[in-house]
Amino acid sequence: MNTPRATRRALLVGSLLLLAGAAQAETSTQDAIAEYREMFGDDNPAELWQSRGEALWHTARGPKQANLTACDLGLGPGVIEGAYAQLPRWFDDTQQVQDLETRLVSCVTTLQGIPREEFLKVKFGDGEKKSELEALTAYVVAASRGKPIALPMQHPAEQAAYALGKAAFSYRAGPHDFACATCHGDAGKRIRLQELPQLTTAAGAREAYTYWPAYRISQGELRTMEWRLQDCFRQQRLPQLKFGSEVAIGLTMFLAKNAEGGTLAAPGIKR
Amino acid sequence: MSDPMRIRAAVKGEKVEVKILMSHVMETGQRKDAEGAVVPAHYITKVTASCNGRDVLSADWGPSVSKNPYLSFRFKGGAKGDKLKVTWTDTAGDSRSDEVSIG
Repeated sequence: MNTPRATRRALLVGSLLLLAGAAQAETSTQDAIAEYREMFGDDNPAELWQSRGEALWHTARGPKQANLTACDLGLGPGVIEGAYAQLPRWFDDTQQVQDLETRLVSCVTTLQGIPREEFLKVKFGDGEKKSELEALTAYVVAASRGKPIALPMQHPAEQAAYALGKAAFSYRAGPHDFACATCHGDAGKRIRLQELPQLTTAAGAREAYTYWPAYRISQGELRTMEWRLQDCFRQQRLPQLKFGSEVAIGLTMFLAKNAEGGTLAAPGIKR
Repeated sequence: MSDPMRIRAAVKGEKVEVKILMSHVMETGQRKDAEGAVVPAHYITKVTASCNGRDVLSADWGPSVSKNPYLSFRFKGGAKGDKLKVTWTDTAGDSRSDEVSIG
């Protein structure tokens, strides 16, 4: 009888297939995302947010019935081309270092007179609940596509923000004693099948930063950098990262500075 | 109000290549929200495209199509400057039409 041998062989083949399957699963997830991106070509669902943002930018709204064409994102009133590549930066009028999202909030509140709470009621969109902030962010970010990241970094407050971000990146806290650096401080790490960029290096930071904000396939939403950081904090089981807080700006500054010289390709498409 | 579609249509050889991005939640009716209540179904059921009034595509869609759907197809018999009109209708009875000139 050769049944046992046949069974053994079948088991052996089976386990080999399983091994091959595991290796294949890793590459095929990456491949599937690459294939998905390729299918879109130059198209990206983020364009739906961009066009909504463009309309919002040019529409007179709020108590002051103004549009946002006078909004100064650092390069002068109304200049959006290349503005995102130089953020975060210091702004004299608000006496703060601001990232794109918080700067947009300033413009909306001062130019249009819309209260901050009202504008930020939907910070992060969810299906039918659409976020104006995400749409405006997508519109402005897209105008920096192809531009190299170049932060001014002259003002002491900008340098302080970078230093704070750098410290926060390695600060271990929470029930898991986690820091950003736990996952993003070494090369070749991954969570399940998701490869993790080493954000302390120029290559790793560029890989990540130049594609955010991004359309997140698994959520069907466009996500901003503020969302990305907030979700990292959630995954680390840290208290919720406050929108526009010094730590949020600092971490953005740290990542942007590390990615300096990288060419912006945002809004990108992510898993 | 639904957001406009992004439509690109260009002559490629003998055919016209069309790429459409639609903004839609495409709720399957199978998900539950944080309170455990079923999120009601809301998805596109019909997509049609016509070129200068001639139907070139008609599709019946269901809940398995992704959120913010992307549709690409080619058809014969279109020329530069022709008007391509795309229409979708969903389970809520909403519908949206957008039109572009073939480039």
